[in-house]
Amino acid sequence: MPIIEIEGLRFTYSGSKRPALDGIDLSIEKGEFVILTGPSGCGKTTLCRCLNGLIPHFYHGDFQGRVIVAGLDTREHEIWELAQHVGLVFQNPENQLFCLTVEADVAFGPENLGLPREEIRRRVDWALRATGMWELRLRAPHELSGGQQQRAAIAGVLAMEPDVLILDEPTSFLDPAGAADIIALVAKLCRGHGITVILAEHRLELVAPYADRMIVMEKGRIALNGSPEEVLTSERAVELGIGIPKVVRLHGLLASSGLRLPRTPLSPREMAELLTEVAGSWR
Amino acid sequence: MAIELEDVWFSYPNGVEALRGISLTIREGEFVIIMGPNGAGKTTLVKTFNGLIRPTRGRVLVDGVDTKEATVAELSRNVGLVFQNPDHQLFCETVEEEIAFALKNFGFEEDEIRRRVDWALKTFGLEEYRDVSPLVLSGGEKKRVALASVLVWEPKYLVLDEPTLGQDYAQKERLKELVRGLMGDRAVVMVTHDVEFVADMRPRPRLILLSGGRLIADGRAEDILTDPECIDRARLVRPQVPEVLRALRSLGAPVRTDVLDVEEARDIILSILGAGTG
Repeated sequence: MPIIEIEGLRFTYSGSKRPALDGIDLSIEKGEFVILTGPSGCGKTTLCRCLNGLIPHFYHGDFQGRVIVAGLDTREHEIWELAQHVGLVFQNPENQLFCLTVEADVAFGPENLGLPREEIRRRVDWALRATGMWELRLRAPHELSGGQQQRAAIAGVLAMEPDVLILDEPTSFLDPAGAADIIALVAKLCRGHGITVILAEHRLELVAPYADRMIVMEKGRIALNGSPEEVLTSERAVELGIGIPKVVRLHGLLASSGLRLPRTPLSPREMAELLTEVAGSWR
Repeated sequence: MAIELEDVWFSYPNGVEALRGISLTIREGEFVIIMGPNGAGKTTLVKTFNGLIRPTRGRVLVDGVDTKEATVAELSRNVGLVFQNPDHQLFCETVEEEIAFALKNFGFEEDEIRRRVDWALKTFGLEEYRDVSPLVLSGGEKKRVALASVLVWEPKYLVLDEPTLGQDYAQKERLKELVRGLMGDRAVVMVTHDVEFVADMRPRPRLILLSGGRLIADGRAEDILTDPECIDRARLVRPQVPEVLRALRSLGAPVRTDVLDVEEARDIILSILGAGTG
């Protein structure tokens, strides 16, 4: 059974004339790593908010269709209940950290669930270690770099032991090396702990090598949905104006010159290896 | 005519040394990109250009005038700084007032103000928001208002701090076109983290790398972006095209690696494959 099932989802924010989501049907399996992309204003953030119940419980509007996450219909379950299954990490980590220490921030969610002390301890320790924040657990969030803050925010969500981790452009405020670290961490949580990941992101060269699936949205609808290779090489992706990674563009140029590779590379290393395979050897 | 920094040092009141002995010259008509990790001093550096930050040691000259001898308002007539976060810059009640604000302060004539504001609204696709509060706009739209409100007075040196942050690919493409249209007599200085965006820039910019408040590289973008050591020191992500060529070379292929262009990389790969399969 899929971990996320969306049927006929339409949502229009109160006071808005145009629907932010205009007919979404989508099913995501447990353990998948899914990239969500598309031009600004395409509905990515709104979709993320629908997955953890912020819509319709916090943001109001006209909601049609169904969103089922870990077997729970989001309309019938409160945000705190859904938070035990779905964690949402936002763009700006500063907006998510408010305690005096990282550890207290990470403990905040499990404490609110009223769990026994030992269980809280166990979860907090696990989340701090899984995100590489153990050494920094007694630091104040405002003393940390942006990348460390974002790790702390992820740890806070992980301490709820969610099935699904949703990240809405989590690297926008980080420098490139900090961004690459966060993406590698998210991939580890997906592959190593079986957490389903839905990652909204513009910089596809950074995330494509890790993903099982790439979904491109446009005007509140799903325009493309497939493997990164399928999506990035489709003509529609170019029309939609998403940033095609340079290796994929290079692969396309080589193909039009008659050089076919066995598959579409998603990283420079992979491209070099495929070319070497085709050449036999470079002597 | 130039912005000249002579051994500029700057420490914040909390003791953080943000700039440590920076010397550089930006001439009229130049196109300069500044890159480096978060906390490297990039924003501090560009704030010295219009006197928002005055060096603790060393000096900054704008067209020969020491920034210590002039007000920010006077310096801003020539040096237009567009901030990273538009929320720190926008404060008027409507987009139109926002764009007209500096023009009024600089004492432009009414007719001229109207003409320029109309031009800016049109150029940045903001006509429908003329009477709207800038604060209700989306992040991308706010960035456009912030940019328009500076460009409208045609500063000789235009400085953009992280204009690509949070922008999608199509918005970045439009920004690239816009910047290309602005060059000429004007100098354009842009702070960004976006390696692939810079790799695609035409004409190719001069690139300055900062790390820990020091200048670690200053030269042609095509030389610096294809030097992995420089890229790693500045905590940037290596651009993909030279990385493909470097990986090929490590596997034994006889290729140069100082290439940023996808088309050029294609030609190189086709030529070695042609030679190899003979």
